[in-house]
Amino acid sequence: MKLLKALVLPVLLLVVWEVAMRVSGIESDSLAMPSQIAVAFYEALRDGTILRRTAETLRAALTGLAIGGGSALIVSIVLGLIPAAARLAQFSVEVLRPVPAVALIPVAILTLGFGYAMEVSLVAFATFWPVLIYGQAAIVNIEPQLLDVSRVLRLSTMGRVTKVVLPATLPRYFVAFRLATAVSLIVAVTVEIAANPLGIGYELMTASQSLHPDLMFALVLWIGIVGWVLNGALLLAQRRLLGPAAMVELAR
Amino acid sequence: MCAATATFQGSEATIMNNVAPTPRVGAATAAPLIAFHGVSHVFGTRPVLQDINLTIGKSEFVCMVGPSGCGKTTMLRMVGGLQAPAVGEVTFAGKRVTGPAQEISFMFQDYSKALLPWRTAAGNVSLALEANGVPAAQRAERIKDLLGKVGLAGHAEHFPAQLSGGMQQRVQIARCLAQEPSVLLMDEPFGALDAMTRQALQDEILRIIQASRTTVVFVTHDLEEAIYLGDRVVALYPNPGRIAQVFEVDLPKPRNQLTTRESPAFLRLRRALFDFIREGEA
Repeated sequence: MKLLKALVLPVLLLVVWEVAMRVSGIESDSLAMPSQIAVAFYEALRDGTILRRTAETLRAALTGLAIGGGSALIVSIVLGLIPAAARLAQFSVEVLRPVPAVALIPVAILTLGFGYAMEVSLVAFATFWPVLIYGQAAIVNIEPQLLDVSRVLRLSTMGRVTKVVLPATLPRYFVAFRLATAVSLIVAVTVEIAANPLGIGYELMTASQSLHPDLMFALVLWIGIVGWVLNGALLLAQRRLLGPAAMVELAR
Repeated sequence: MCAATATFQGSEATIMNNVAPTPRVGAATAAPLIAFHGVSHVFGTRPVLQDINLTIGKSEFVCMVGPSGCGKTTMLRMVGGLQAPAVGEVTFAGKRVTGPAQEISFMFQDYSKALLPWRTAAGNVSLALEANGVPAAQRAERIKDLLGKVGLAGHAEHFPAQLSGGMQQRVQIARCLAQEPSVLLMDEPFGALDAMTRQALQDEILRIIQASRTTVVFVTHDLEEAIYLGDRVVALYPNPGRIAQVFEVDLPKPRNQLTTRESPAFLRLRRALFDFIREGEA
């Protein structure tokens, strides 16, 4: 029932779109009817183009996310727990963070050439910051008394991180990684559109330049679906993995 | 008064520094276990403690009372090694306190923030055992003993959020005991509990302490609680925190919620302490 309600608006819009185009009889190089888009989508799916391109994009995006988000996780713990280190790094972070990853595309092409390496490194750069900033904030906001508890019990540094700091901040890190996942997809597709002959972005650019609006719209729709599925998978993982910790976050 | 004190076994070590408002080191009959030597402290520019000299003997139960801002929690944190004094030093067994020690455990006031919410009651007790390097194979047995000791045998698998405030404080007591401390520092541990739970836990802690002869430093707002529990009550003045007076509590042990609180000696002390605190506020 909920699903039906959610589908009412998009289906209605598609019908209006289809009818409007058929009635007006527009011949266009930049627009396509939903029925044409559906056909193009089916074709691209059948000949394997979409899945191959999606695999390329996801490979670059997720590798970059693992490198960028993973290193940000470690750096944020260090900066969060050692105020002196945070003060030392603050200026560099504030200067580097606002640099758009897209602005580094020329730099990456020059140093790494086309291919996975440059795309992965740009995604890593872009996903590093949200995880770092969210993570650092999460650690600074840990209940100070929990840290006192870990001191009074004389937990080792490693024990403190794994038994108190990480469980206490896990829900916030999950939010950071969900955000970073969206960023990784955006940056990967952007890099592909702008420069890299790989993935959905490249296919999208090709469709546009070769005047195939039907395939182009089909790919845009597909990117939306991929992002939605990715976020849904992370949400599911969050609920499954966090268990009691998620309960705590909900209770607050 | 002396006869009353002597009925409590092994209380000799607790009878010291009877009158002096700020007892000096060396006045004690036994070697002091914990000592403040000319301790002063500031937070920013605000002085919180001024020239504190105090000795606490082994197996003694010392309560610290005073209005907020008198630095009683800060003193407790100094003994626990969570806070270093700006001036002077705090010693434990003759050695300067530089950080938390295995022999000294600390029980926090706010139970909702002192237990790890993602660990069960058993898991929280286990944390102290893990920190002490107790092998995993021995932990389950120890946890069972400890939870049984504080009356939580049936709640091992419950999360803190599923336990009442009193039960959560019991978990904290069990975690403190897991450390096998010789000193228990308690920062208003029962302040947030209802009257009935509070009295039950007061008796519980006295029972546990008596068996293990643990030294206790207990911070509270509640003057009656201080008298009921303590061998000595240290009253502090605020802004900056100073030791105003030390009251000896010569009430027989074991104490009883009804007879002790109705005894003339208890009422006399209560009167003296109330008058004293009111003077301090005036």
